[in-house]
Amino acid sequence: MILIDQLSKKYKGADHFSVFDLSLKVNEGEIFGLLGPNGAGKTTLISMLSSLLKPTSGSFTIDGQDYKTNTNKLKQSIGIVPQEYALYPSLTAFENLNYFGSMYGLKGKTLREDINAQLHLLGLTDFAAKKVKTFSGGMKRRVNLIASLLHRPKILFLDEPTVGVDVQSRNVILEHLKKINAEGTTIIYTSHHLNEAEQLCDRVAIIDKGSIVCKGEPAALIKAQKDATHLEDVFLALTGKALRDHA
Amino acid sequence: MHKLWASTYKEFLLLTRDLGGLAVLFLMPLLLVITITVIQDNTFKSIQAAKIPVLLLDKDKGSVAQNIRENLAASELFELVNNDNEQEVQELVRKGTYKMAIVIPENLTKDLNLKVEENVEGILAKFGMEDESIPMVKTKLQPKVVKLYFDPATQQSFKGSVRSNINQMIAKIESQTIYKAFQEQLTEDDSEVLFDTDHFISFKEIDPSDGTKPITPNSTQHNIPAWTLFAIFFIMLPLGINMVKEKNQGTFVRLRTNPVSYATVLGGKTLVFLSVALVQFALMLLVGVYLFPTLGLPQLEVAGRLPMLFTVAFFAGLAAVGLGLLLGTMAKTQEQSAPFAATFVVILAAVGGVWVPVFAMPKIMQSLSQLSPMNWGLNAFYDVFLRDVGFIEILPKITLLALFFMATTLIAIVYNKRKNAV
Repeated sequence: MILIDQLSKKYKGADHFSVFDLSLKVNEGEIFGLLGPNGAGKTTLISMLSSLLKPTSGSFTIDGQDYKTNTNKLKQSIGIVPQEYALYPSLTAFENLNYFGSMYGLKGKTLREDINAQLHLLGLTDFAAKKVKTFSGGMKRRVNLIASLLHRPKILFLDEPTVGVDVQSRNVILEHLKKINAEGTTIIYTSHHLNEAEQLCDRVAIIDKGSIVCKGEPAALIKAQKDATHLEDVFLALTGKALRDHA
Repeated sequence: MHKLWASTYKEFLLLTRDLGGLAVLFLMPLLLVITITVIQDNTFKSIQAAKIPVLLLDKDKGSVAQNIRENLAASELFELVNNDNEQEVQELVRKGTYKMAIVIPENLTKDLNLKVEENVEGILAKFGMEDESIPMVKTKLQPKVVKLYFDPATQQSFKGSVRSNINQMIAKIESQTIYKAFQEQLTEDDSEVLFDTDHFISFKEIDPSDGTKPITPNSTQHNIPAWTLFAIFFIMLPLGINMVKEKNQGTFVRLRTNPVSYATVLGGKTLVFLSVALVQFALMLLVGVYLFPTLGLPQLEVAGRLPMLFTVAFFAGLAAVGLGLLLGTMAKTQEQSAPFAATFVVILAAVGGVWVPVFAMPKIMQSLSQLSPMNWGLNAFYDVFLRDVGFIEILPKITLLALFFMATTLIAIVYNKRKNAV
């Protein structure tokens, strides 16, 4: 489904690669977790895969489409849930979704019904006509997720979809992700919540300094790491305990 | 098409949700045009309602000074306030208590009469009308200076206008004194009028239009087009902010991942902000037609010109939106876009001739002015408002405005594509 071949990214003026020589294959129907400390290159990788950033070198295909030649077709088959809320605060939840749905060519009754159905599934029916600026972080995250699902993408990229939300909202979001994955959507997701990734992902890759340091099924990775009982143990063993502050 | 419509509707919703911003967008330009027109109205009126208080220090006390005093009083421009202390006069003007002061020098009447008499006698002697055997002795007279003091804050245009008026008045007094001297030398009968001292040459302003729709230039006919255009171009400020906000909110990032072209996104903004510009223009016209007369200002004459006026407003609005789109595309923060837009519009207005007529500018600025879209728009508006021309005459100007929109939008699209190329 996603084939990444020696992908690298070095930002203008930077003295090191944010992603370096990264190769990876994500299978159709998988929930694949990209884990790593701050500045590891997760968001850069997702940004390149979602056509937001130009790679410095390397290539990738999504669903058989080359990102350079089929950008628009590729955009139609992927959905992106960015780290920011990426919603218009002065528009209502329904208006935001109606607009972003329209940008995928969706319209009319079908779009309206789909928006209402998704709002219902994520517990937002009563807030459809309320302005997003009045929403809590968890509610905004859920609207953010719906905005990326209306066109029923084959592949969904999520960049920290549960950051800053309460337990209830996170639970609803994760359940929804499982549901759409069960319906056939491949999910690539980044998170700092390692226990969440452990439960949700079929496979994970731990990235550090722009490169993959290990990948595989969470259970297999835990088993392979000495004294590890959780994914967090594997993570700390491979990436170290030093702080990763950067500016 | 559906995406363009959805983008337009979204922009409309965003605009209407910010009622405060919307009010500012429509009310501030109206306030601007009303304020400027009220202020400038007097410069267009031949008779001024408000007189300027002027200090007069008369050291002469003679007939010439009296003549100057009477002329100043008759001009209805000045209200004379007498003062006999030059030091105090100077101080009052320096402080700005009075805008100006006139100091008439000592012996002005005596010396002027003496000089004129000697000159007249000399001329008459040449014609054998005076006894040439008596040699003429010319008295050494120092030229007289009527001093004008101006408040340092007074504008040059006001100074120039006053200087010109006073020069004219003094020239008239001098010529009358000469006539009077001749009269006294040539006849002893005071009732006999030898010279007609009335002006022989005068000027009359003729309306160069064909006469079918005569227009009297007034503050309204000049200010509405100029300041409406200024307000229309100010649209780049909210438009730039709108686009930078999208970048900061993250919605622009989402749009970049959507299968929608940047041209479509800009298209939606263009339609909404162009509509705003046209509504602004309509409000300006309404104010000029209905509100101005109630404020004692001349009524805006638009009869028979509305289609042409809206055509010019449409293309001027397009040019303004084009600039806004380019600014919004290039700016990263509101701190970049807002001050730039505000300052740039003022520069465009200055270069375009909104404040100072282009013909009065230095050569280099006149050339620059030809490149200003505000100048094209202003000339097109003047063509319609004051020169009463047809569509063909405004076509070059509105074509330039349309090309300007296309160029700025194209640059915005290319810039965005290059910046976000994958």
